[in-house]
Amino acid sequence: MLQENPVISVQNLSATFGDRQVLQNVSFTVRQNEIAVILGSSGCGKTTTLKHLIGLYPVQQGNVEVLGIPVHSASERELQRLYQKIGVLFQNGALLNSITVAENVAIPLEQHTQLPQKIITQLVRLKLQLVELPGVEMMVPSQLSGGMKKRAALARAIALDPPLLFCDEPSAGLDPITMSALDELILKLKRVLGMTIVLVTHEVPSIFRLADRIIFLDAGRVIFEGPLTEALQSPNPIIQEFFKKGRGENRPANPR
Amino acid sequence: MRITNPHEQAVAAFRLEGDQLWLEGNWTVQQVDRLYQELIRTLRRYPRKFLAINFSHLQQMDSAGVIVVEALEAFCQQRGIRVSREAIPENIQHVFENFSARQITTSVASVQENWLERLGTVIYQVLYHDVVQFFTLVVDLIYFGVIDIFHRRAHRAGEFVRQALYIGVNAVPIIGTVAFLIGVVLALQSSEQLRQFGANLYIADLTAIAMVQEMGPLITAIMVAGRSGSAIASEIATMIVSEEVDALKTMGIQPLRYIVIPKLHAALFVLPFLTILADFFGILGGLMIGYLDLELSPYVFFNRMIQVLYIRDLATGYIKSLVFAYIIVLAGAFYGFRVKGGAEGVGRVTTMAVVAAIFFVIIADSILGLLFY
Repeated sequence: MLQENPVISVQNLSATFGDRQVLQNVSFTVRQNEIAVILGSSGCGKTTTLKHLIGLYPVQQGNVEVLGIPVHSASERELQRLYQKIGVLFQNGALLNSITVAENVAIPLEQHTQLPQKIITQLVRLKLQLVELPGVEMMVPSQLSGGMKKRAALARAIALDPPLLFCDEPSAGLDPITMSALDELILKLKRVLGMTIVLVTHEVPSIFRLADRIIFLDAGRVIFEGPLTEALQSPNPIIQEFFKKGRGENRPANPR
Repeated sequence: MRITNPHEQAVAAFRLEGDQLWLEGNWTVQQVDRLYQELIRTLRRYPRKFLAINFSHLQQMDSAGVIVVEALEAFCQQRGIRVSREAIPENIQHVFENFSARQITTSVASVQENWLERLGTVIYQVLYHDVVQFFTLVVDLIYFGVIDIFHRRAHRAGEFVRQALYIGVNAVPIIGTVAFLIGVVLALQSSEQLRQFGANLYIADLTAIAMVQEMGPLITAIMVAGRSGSAIASEIATMIVSEEVDALKTMGIQPLRYIVIPKLHAALFVLPFLTILADFFGILGGLMIGYLDLELSPYVFFNRMIQVLYIRDLATGYIKSLVFAYIIVLAGAFYGFRVKGGAEGVGRVTTMAVVAAIFFVIIADSILGLLFY
């Protein structure tokens, strides 16, 4: 089998904010067309890791390579090239509130291509159709429900058909039905568009539905990296506790 | 065996031979835009009535590629050219099935502008020392302020006009009223003194010069700082709190150029006009007091005013208003980008922005006043 270049490669990423060490020697890889889930309990450093991957925090220590671009030492121009190839779904959608949904989704297209307006309009409609949100082009974000905002933000994230998609707690604040619908959407993106997806979440049902690969963080360290099935067999008490509580059980899953 | 870099893109191209249009390479969003224009131009001159699009040399296609192909087919049909697709490889067929078979519904237009502000959780890092940040902003505003006059794509279309409306047009009633009242008060206070010396006429000098050189620009700047300085700071702060600025960054857009520069252009454009308006109403106030209190006819007042005002005075007022415009936007942007915390943080930086704007406007006023004296 041909050894493929990993889409993301993180080596010994460390970060200190003030006098708190938030990340310690975090290392992992993400491969082509897989859904990698970064998880752990609140405050373990998941979102911080994600923000390092997308260049929102400068790398203090370690190496971060995304799509072949060394984020830790990239120039402005290289980062610009990276941003044309990734999409980011923020926790609250982060749609621009002063413009319509259609204008929001069109931003990456207007920014990075010279396509005429007619084509952009069609593409915007197509993306909104893909995320199962037709008919809302003219609305402003404050008129949408939480689930609809996430879908619109997802449409914007995939506007340029990026090979790599980042999602920060996509299920946050959603009811179970909407949550599973969003998960189905993410699976569709992986299957149909061949995307590689990095997800930060702590929702166990979503993890079961989506994850190919798990990166489990605890207090800023990686305590597990590998397929989900292996994670469930892990003897590590923290991981066991996490999945046990996530499934709502009160008795240990694997009596030792 | 050579390991191919999966991140390399094969160059997209097309070849028109006879009645066959060959598509080659990767027809993806980054490459398809220039090809679309070229193809339209080529097809305009196409003489035949039938065209076969051959996909066999196509390596990759994404949604943008599909939409462009469909647009080209529609273009041909409009010109009476029959189009057929040939030799579609299996992977390309999948892409077509995913994207083009949909009925793209037209949406009902219901335009409703809603300027509610959303608040959320925030993690914002102050990465630079205050001073470095400040001077970087000072220089960036000047640099991009100039560059972006010619570089339209860095910000939203129509934003300049929108901002000019908010900052300028909407401020007209309040600035007119306030300036008029200041003119009245100014004249009233000095009329008592002037009458004692029989120097009634000089009310015109006093009002005109005071308004044009000092009070007009100053009052205008203070009102605009309160209205728009706070709006700029709170808009930026709220966008940071709701991760909108992060979203802009990860789409490769610089928040400063996208949000702030149009406001800077608008403020620089609009403040001089507002100042002139303030001058006008202030002098009008003085004229009224001159007439009511000092028995000075408006005709005499007006003549005296023209005699006494030099172009230099008006120019001073104009330069001041430009400097004030810059200070107001600088204060709004500086404090806006430094917000920490949620709703409380937004309120805090908004207050700081307005206070700083007014304070530095007055300092600049003194400095410029001395310079021009």
